[in-house]
Amino acid sequence: MSAASSLTPNIGSRPGEVRLPLVSNGLVKWHIAASYFWLTIALLAGLLYSTQLLQNYHGGNSEIMSPGRVRMVHTNLIAFAFLTNGFLGMLYWVVPRLTGQRVLSHKLGWLIFAVWQALMLAMWIGLHLGEAQAVEWGETPVWLDPLIVVGAALVSIQFYTPIIRSRERSMYVSLWYFSAAFVWLALTYIMGNFFPEYIVPGAAAGAMLGLYIHDLVGLWVTPMGWGLMYFFVPVILKKPVWSHALSLVGFWGLAFFYPLQGVHHFLWSPIPMFAQYGAVISTIAVEIVVTTVIINFYMTWRGSESSLKNSMAIRWFWVGALFYFITCLQCAFQVTLTFQTIIHFTDWVVGHAHLVMFGVFTFWLYGVLIHLWPKLTGREWWSRKLNSWHFWLTASGLFLMFLDLTTAGLVQGFLWRALAPWDESVIASYPFWYFRALLGTAIVIGHVALVVNMIMTAAGAKKLHVDEDYAGYEEVDTEEPAAVAG
Amino acid sequence: MERFGFVFLVAGLGFFILAFVVSAWLPWLPFTEEEFSKGYQTVAQIAKNPPLEFVELREQYPEAFEKAFAGKSDSEAFAEALVVGRKVYVGEACWHCHSQQVRPVGGDEARFGRVSYPEEYNNELNYPPLWGTRRIGPDLIRQAGLKSNDWHVAHFWNPPDVSPTSVMPRYPWFFEADDPKTPVNESLMPNKKGLSIIAYVQWLGSWQTNPRETLHGIDAIERAYQSVELSRFGSKKRRS
Repeated sequence: MSAASSLTPNIGSRPGEVRLPLVSNGLVKWHIAASYFWLTIALLAGLLYSTQLLQNYHGGNSEIMSPGRVRMVHTNLIAFAFLTNGFLGMLYWVVPRLTGQRVLSHKLGWLIFAVWQALMLAMWIGLHLGEAQAVEWGETPVWLDPLIVVGAALVSIQFYTPIIRSRERSMYVSLWYFSAAFVWLALTYIMGNFFPEYIVPGAAAGAMLGLYIHDLVGLWVTPMGWGLMYFFVPVILKKPVWSHALSLVGFWGLAFFYPLQGVHHFLWSPIPMFAQYGAVISTIAVEIVVTTVIINFYMTWRGSESSLKNSMAIRWFWVGALFYFITCLQCAFQVTLTFQTIIHFTDWVVGHAHLVMFGVFTFWLYGVLIHLWPKLTGREWWSRKLNSWHFWLTASGLFLMFLDLTTAGLVQGFLWRALAPWDESVIASYPFWYFRALLGTAIVIGHVALVVNMIMTAAGAKKLHVDEDYAGYEEVDTEEPAAVAG
Repeated sequence: MERFGFVFLVAGLGFFILAFVVSAWLPWLPFTEEEFSKGYQTVAQIAKNPPLEFVELREQYPEAFEKAFAGKSDSEAFAEALVVGRKVYVGEACWHCHSQQVRPVGGDEARFGRVSYPEEYNNELNYPPLWGTRRIGPDLIRQAGLKSNDWHVAHFWNPPDVSPTSVMPRYPWFFEADDPKTPVNESLMPNKKGLSIIAYVQWLGSWQTNPRETLHGIDAIERAYQSVELSRFGSKKRRS
């Protein structure tokens, strides 16, 4: 794979030039640390919301902790604070290695880091203060929107620089995804947050809001996710990706079909019907394409079955890919107008969203964390047992939550269609919501295990044998000493 | 296909723009035609004739109106109430539990009334539209006049009082506090936020000449069962 061949840095090749590190481990480490800080807040917000739905308002009704606001904190922090920070950390590790080039500037990196955390803090506070914008998953207060676009632009410049400067004739798969994703993020954000807010009202704006929700998943989170998979899986398994042709099909299929699907979030709505039909067809098309990517992953993994037991990182990647397959299969059905008559507006959709955002992309970032944290801190994982607990609590909790919410959605949808009094759909939902809160608790306990383990690892004494001065140059360590479970 | 320039231009820019054209610009196109766009309403136009509920609200809470809208319930005050009410509606994420879109399927028509149509979202209070993607409570786009102002006041103060199984939270900050130190509130007087959100919810669907027409009658329920099979988008003329 080209990662290995391109690791030689080009800086300092001339006499007298200062050798700068290729990778800033500090940036990787702090972005990852920040992402888990925000994940903690976001998970707690989700758990709080799930108990509030059970009419528990925890000693009165606090204005700033009102459930509606908490819900927006949960979804927005996941997208922009947790996932985006996690991806940035991953990019600072991966992109210089794949290109042999430094990012534009590590100083700029620290600036972006500081500005982004400040923006997230402002968003968090703003949402609690009731300053939301009426864009689902982009409720970020309107006064922050321009700054977020600037942030996305800076990120683009930061990472396009090494990609353009690279001497490789053709880019590695991961870089295809990254190269497209940076510009997609900026365009998606502008389209979703400015057009419906200022330029287009009503039904036409509805189409764009659907595109926004969808593109944020499909054109930012998904390409980042597959980019990291194509890098870390071969590195850890020490073998190349199974099929180059399939990875081409997967990338170009995603790039073409994914952005065409947004309207499927508002089927049976006042958006013109041709747009709804088009969105349905391209959704089914992309699910077929996506299957090639999943096949590529499992065929790469085939022959290394023991890695599932021995490498916690691979285990996260493997389960995430399995959930990815489930969500995509589910998508191809639930996107039809027939399914939509029942499941739209129900908890089915909530279950689907959790399986995608948590079960797939968060799991993959867990894999990255398991692999990188020891290298970044220079310490072995403090406790493999805690990592194992985290895995089982999170994976089983999340999957049961998905089943729970999917079932709840069917119950709600059929009760509505049967014209049962509205109360009945709420009463019928209670048991499902109780169970959801219980599973949320299990997930939060798993998360505590992870965070404790991260902190104890960083503070711990189990030295990993890495020469700090050469950390940026060293070949990617494939021994994976820390990832052995239990 | 593996060079940066190609990926950036074709996948990054090209496919995105293509998708924008196909699934955002094309569906937008019919709404730019004059016949449709001339129906666009600003807040001032919407608020030209304040509805009965708003006038009644002033009569019920003269003191609160004095504070919030200089004691008036004219079109200017109503316009302001709508804008503030919408902001509260968005800020509290009402629209994440209550949709504003009646679909031609799933029994919606019998339960809520006329199926949503593009014209009713073509105004200044739909930047962006608040369709929502989740219903924990019922849809609200046909809500105007369904409940009295009193009901809304009681409901925002403590939803289970009027709707025992409701999981909706209380909104005490929509009310003037008798004594800020205690949660007890004898007078239940809505403040500006409270008056505005009630005005906004009472406006939703008020453009329908008879919003109750299709609601909860046996005939309507039978029609809705048929509509599950028969209705398609564009059949809105069935009940004009």
